[in-house]
Amino acid sequence: MHVLPYLVGAYLFLTGCYGLATSRNLIHAVGCLAVCQSATYVLLLAVGYRDGATAPVFSDLKPGSRPVVDPVVQALTLTDIVVGATVTALLLALVLQIAKRHGTVDPDELRELRG
Amino acid sequence: MSRLRLWLLAVGGAGLAALLAAACLELPGFGGSRHPYGDRAVHASLSRHTANTIASVNFDQRAYDTLGEMSILFAAVLGCVVLLREARDEHRARPEPTDVARPVRRYALLVLPVALVTGLYVIAHGQLSPGGGFQGGVVAATALHLLYLGADYHALERVRPLGVYETTDALAVSSYLALGAAGVLAGTAFLANTLLPYGTFNTLSSGGAVPLLNAAVGMEVASAVVVLLAHFLDQAVEIEEEPGRGTP
Repeated sequence: MHVLPYLVGAYLFLTGCYGLATSRNLIHAVGCLAVCQSATYVLLLAVGYRDGATAPVFSDLKPGSRPVVDPVVQALTLTDIVVGATVTALLLALVLQIAKRHGTVDPDELRELRG
Repeated sequence: MSRLRLWLLAVGGAGLAALLAAACLELPGFGGSRHPYGDRAVHASLSRHTANTIASVNFDQRAYDTLGEMSILFAAVLGCVVLLREARDEHRARPEPTDVARPVRRYALLVLPVALVTGLYVIAHGQLSPGGGFQGGVVAATALHLLYLGADYHALERVRPLGVYETTDALAVSSYLALGAAGVLAGTAFLANTLLPYGTFNTLSSGGAVPLLNAAVGMEVASAVVVLLAHFLDQAVEIEEEPGRGTP
């Protein structure tokens, strides 16, 4: 029993968190959030893996002839990717407006509120 | 960055790392053969003649969750449209047409129809082969933007009447809802895939409502990506600040 794929997911998540906490640029921070999210893809796909299995698509595979990986986590990963992409787009739009209104994308310089 | 913050991050990170590692050790072993939910999903998918189990999970077994996912996408696009609108102190400037290197123009225009057809193929075969509305929609929407690389922004704007795509986006979300409500009107449950015949396994029309829901999602994603990219590109190419207003 080995746990390396799960640990890769955990490592990716922590790397993203480190980047988020130390980031001096909001665009970079959005990228770090994407890294955090990719950790969940790795974890989900690792949970669903089965030794010697193939994709759960039966257009060219006789049902029952080979083991297939867990389709539920694959569908969850797809949902995850879609939500991740939309969140990234929304955050980048926010960063764009911050850069226009405040003239900076450094979170440490964004101290005071401005109307 | 202050020393205190780094220390706090190190302590918190170490604690989180320890917890995550402990959790990983308790998870079922990697590559194990026990996947009760997966086995049931495969069984349900085959019994409803859907060859691509992931499409069956997304558009049949978890169709209600996909409705939520679509709504998130729709809301995010709406948020971006509101955030990236033209502000009062900005104006639109016509971008100057620029020369495109000939190989770039040639290959972009060559690949454009191929990419567009590939996207539509991936949407149409979502219930049979890997892919589906989400993936194919992104491919089809990106294909249009090859026109921006191969020609110029003006050419892209001509094949991309934004109002049409915004309307399509909303219509696609409504059609997903309507397909779900059709089940209720017919006396079954919301989004329960029991209304249409399941068809012959491994043909385009198999899977009951799965191909229809898949097509609705494909339409929504394609138009959502076009609208999103249009607003980001507008910011980069067209919208300019009024002169005389310095950035604070």
